Amino acid sequence: MSAEVGVKDGVALNAAGPRWWKNESAEGLWRNLGLVGVLLALFAIGAVIRPDLYGNIDWVTNNMMVILTQAAAIGVVTVGMTFVIIGGGIDLSVGALIALSGVWATTVATQSFGPAGMIFTAIAVGVGAGLVNGLLIAYGRLVPFIATLAMLVAARGLAAAISGKQTQVSNDQFINSLAKERVLGVPLLVIILLVVAGLGWVLLNRTTFGRRTIAIGGNAEAARLAGINVRGHTMLLYALSGLCCGIAAIMLTSLATSSQAAAAELYELDAIAAAIIGGTLLSGGRGTIVGSLFGVIVFSAITNLFAIANLPTEVQNMVKGAIIVVAVLIQQVRFSSVTQFARRHGLSRPKAGTPQQT
Amino acid sequence: MSEQVAETSDVVLRLSGVVKTFPGVRALDGVELEVRAGEVHCLLGQNGAGKSTLIKVLAGVHRPDAGRVEWLGEEVSFSGPQAAMKAGIATIYQELDLVDYLTVAENIYLGHEPRSFGFVHKGQAARQTGELLGRLGHGEIPPQRLVKSLPAAGKQIVSMARALSHSAKLIIMDEPSAVLAHDEVGNLFRIIRELTAQGIAVVYISHRLEEIREIGDRVTVLKDGRTSAVNLPARSTPTRDLVSRMTGRSIEYVFPERPNTAPGERLLEVRGLGRSGEFTHVDLDVHAGEIVGIAGLVGSGRSEVLETIFGARQAEAGTVVMNGKALPPGNVAAAVRAGIGMAPEERKSQALLLGEPIYRNMTLTTFPGYATAGFTDAGKEQAEAMRVADQLELRPRDVRRAVRTLSGGNQQKVVVGRWLLGDTRLLILDEPTRGVDVGARAELYQVIRDLAASGVGVLLVSSEVPEVLGLSDRVLVMREGRVVRSAPATELNEEDVLDLVMAGSLTAATTEEVAA
Repeated sequence: MSAEVGVKDGVALNAAGPRWWKNESAEGLWRNLGLVGVLLALFAIGAVIRPDLYGNIDWVTNNMMVILTQAAAIGVVTVGMTFVIIGGGIDLSVGALIALSGVWATTVATQSFGPAGMIFTAIAVGVGAGLVNGLLIAYGRLVPFIATLAMLVAARGLAAAISGKQTQVSNDQFINSLAKERVLGVPLLVIILLVVAGLGWVLLNRTTFGRRTIAIGGNAEAARLAGINVRGHTMLLYALSGLCCGIAAIMLTSLATSSQAAAAELYELDAIAAAIIGGTLLSGGRGTIVGSLFGVIVFSAITNLFAIANLPTEVQNMVKGAIIVVAVLIQQVRFSSVTQFARRHGLSRPKAGTPQQT
Repeated sequence: MSEQVAETSDVVLRLSGVVKTFPGVRALDGVELEVRAGEVHCLLGQNGAGKSTLIKVLAGVHRPDAGRVEWLGEEVSFSGPQAAMKAGIATIYQELDLVDYLTVAENIYLGHEPRSFGFVHKGQAARQTGELLGRLGHGEIPPQRLVKSLPAAGKQIVSMARALSHSAKLIIMDEPSAVLAHDEVGNLFRIIRELTAQGIAVVYISHRLEEIREIGDRVTVLKDGRTSAVNLPARSTPTRDLVSRMTGRSIEYVFPERPNTAPGERLLEVRGLGRSGEFTHVDLDVHAGEIVGIAGLVGSGRSEVLETIFGARQAEAGTVVMNGKALPPGNVAAAVRAGIGMAPEERKSQALLLGEPIYRNMTLTTFPGYATAGFTDAGKEQAEAMRVADQLELRPRDVRRAVRTLSGGNQQKVVVGRWLLGDTRLLILDEPTRGVDVGARAELYQVIRDLAASGVGVLLVSSEVPEVLGLSDRVLVMREGRVVRSAPATELNEEDVLDLVMAGSLTAATTEEVAA
């Protein structure tokens, strides 16, 4: 049990290990490069349609920031969603939780506590509702789809009741200024997204919390029999998703300088779609934060391109649907046919350790 | 030629020299079988003898690699289960393959509904279902009832009615009595007699010798994938002959030698453990350095006992004491903290994250211990996993490889390795060598013995009696939820244990023979 063995053996392992392009994590790298390719393609299409705009470097930089700002709130939600899906669940209530958190944070009573009170309220409401989701799923044994669907309906209802179906204007200067603030030319909302995604990456890849998430989503029974508290952790995953909703609620409130019960409609579908094209397995156990981030940005870039090209949103949604299908198809092809093809034609050596015929 | 036909006219199925290999295992190695119309032909053999594979060959699930299968006098090769069904071979598996939320009639005619232009004649299906159930003496089962609401015995009857609806000439029954209560078995036998009276052949698989005596006409015995006896008369063959043909391995496994040291202090003390419908009044002790083996059939409650001790199932009665401290029932985390580890029966579905690297599978229990303030330490985890991989001679030795790429034996080493990393004092192994090929078995046996030598207590379950006897220091025999014998392994032999496992008929028969 000596601690010194550590590093040297680790290095030796790397040398003996599979070559980097066959590494499991390299799969994620290729997928992300694919999404970067999609972004470049979108840029190229834009440049062909509107060479006047895309020739202007200032406009291009500014437009990139617009795309990222559009992606900011949904991106934060997608980080939480990625955790939930990797953990073997799904959260359909994120859009509704954003609306509820936003409405609750902008009531006259809450606004009287100032920006800190508003931010605290939004986050507390998000986490609280997420905990309810988690309780119902982990201890009430409800299927995640149904529990969060019920929360979706109920939270929208509660938001409508609190706001009296009115748009609640935010009078708080600090909150309203968040969306206009820039740090070194980068909008504050984008920085919030990058910080949340960075923290999410660390949480998923470098902490025991992330390890439990992957274990539970990959094989809940194995995790349970290894002594992991599956239920407790499941509850935390939904609370984390709720936390992200609370943060996103403040971001959206700041952008619109108001909140309403109908805010963030269908965000749940966008977040799920972004996670999936980013390579997160809907069955759990595998996914990356960076992939989800690229997924969100790709969707945001499509919206942006359609706006610039002045095309109708109907077509835009059709394109998004097609992209989801194509992304999943490409994953399946890569994992099955290509590897099989390669093996059949001797392009890759058979994996050592597979049972030999005797 | 014509005489031959006359002579064998009542033979519906004949297998000769059937071979089926899987990677690392020769599951069937020259099997002979002859089934006549209207007979109950019993298949007997220990777990791993090849019975399940043989059934699957007959049912068209597997294709034999070599040998002849003659069905109704013609050589056949079924392309799949549907083809076998169409030819008139129906199989009733232990896990009945019925759809819970369809009605009795819909289940029976699933896939071959009486219909015209795509519309199902529900009335006709119901009427025919009634007739089929009537033929089985169960006209009282309503055809419109949901299968889900039927008891196990009722579902079995529906399965048989489905076989009849395909006008099956041969029905294979895989341990049909295992899911039935005692009085329901009598009814099952009555149905079987009615089927055979109609000229239908039945291949009957059971571990219970007294059932074979009662219902069987002829017996074929399998051992290690070979036929060790064909067409023995079911009623008159002495039990001892049957058992001796099932035992005695043709493949000898090398078991490590037992050390002569006395076991250490008592680690685990189980008293009066019970779960309704699974097992009752189980008492057992495991000492440091001792290997305790439980022999028993599937359904004897053996795996359930292990899972209950580990807290994966909630105990309803009795106590589990580890190191002098009582464990809370149904709490895996507490059992792990107390120093208990388990390698469960279904390695892939219960123990492993197949897509994750070896080292992460090994540290699945211990990773928080290597972490600093919640941050995991991959380098240290890999180093520790590497140390255990060396100790267990894991192949390949690269711990960053996905577990999916390992062979069964090496996957099992990963699961065992997981508990070596922790402070495990008692290791529970449920079927440790299932799906492990011959060479890797000996290695695993050595690993288990070495663990015991290092002071770990081992509690293991295996369907293979020689394995339990060869590996353990002390043996418990379980049957129908009870411990029926507990003795040092050296005082037991394979035939006695097998006999206890299969219902104590050897002792009874011996007394009868002596009396006669």
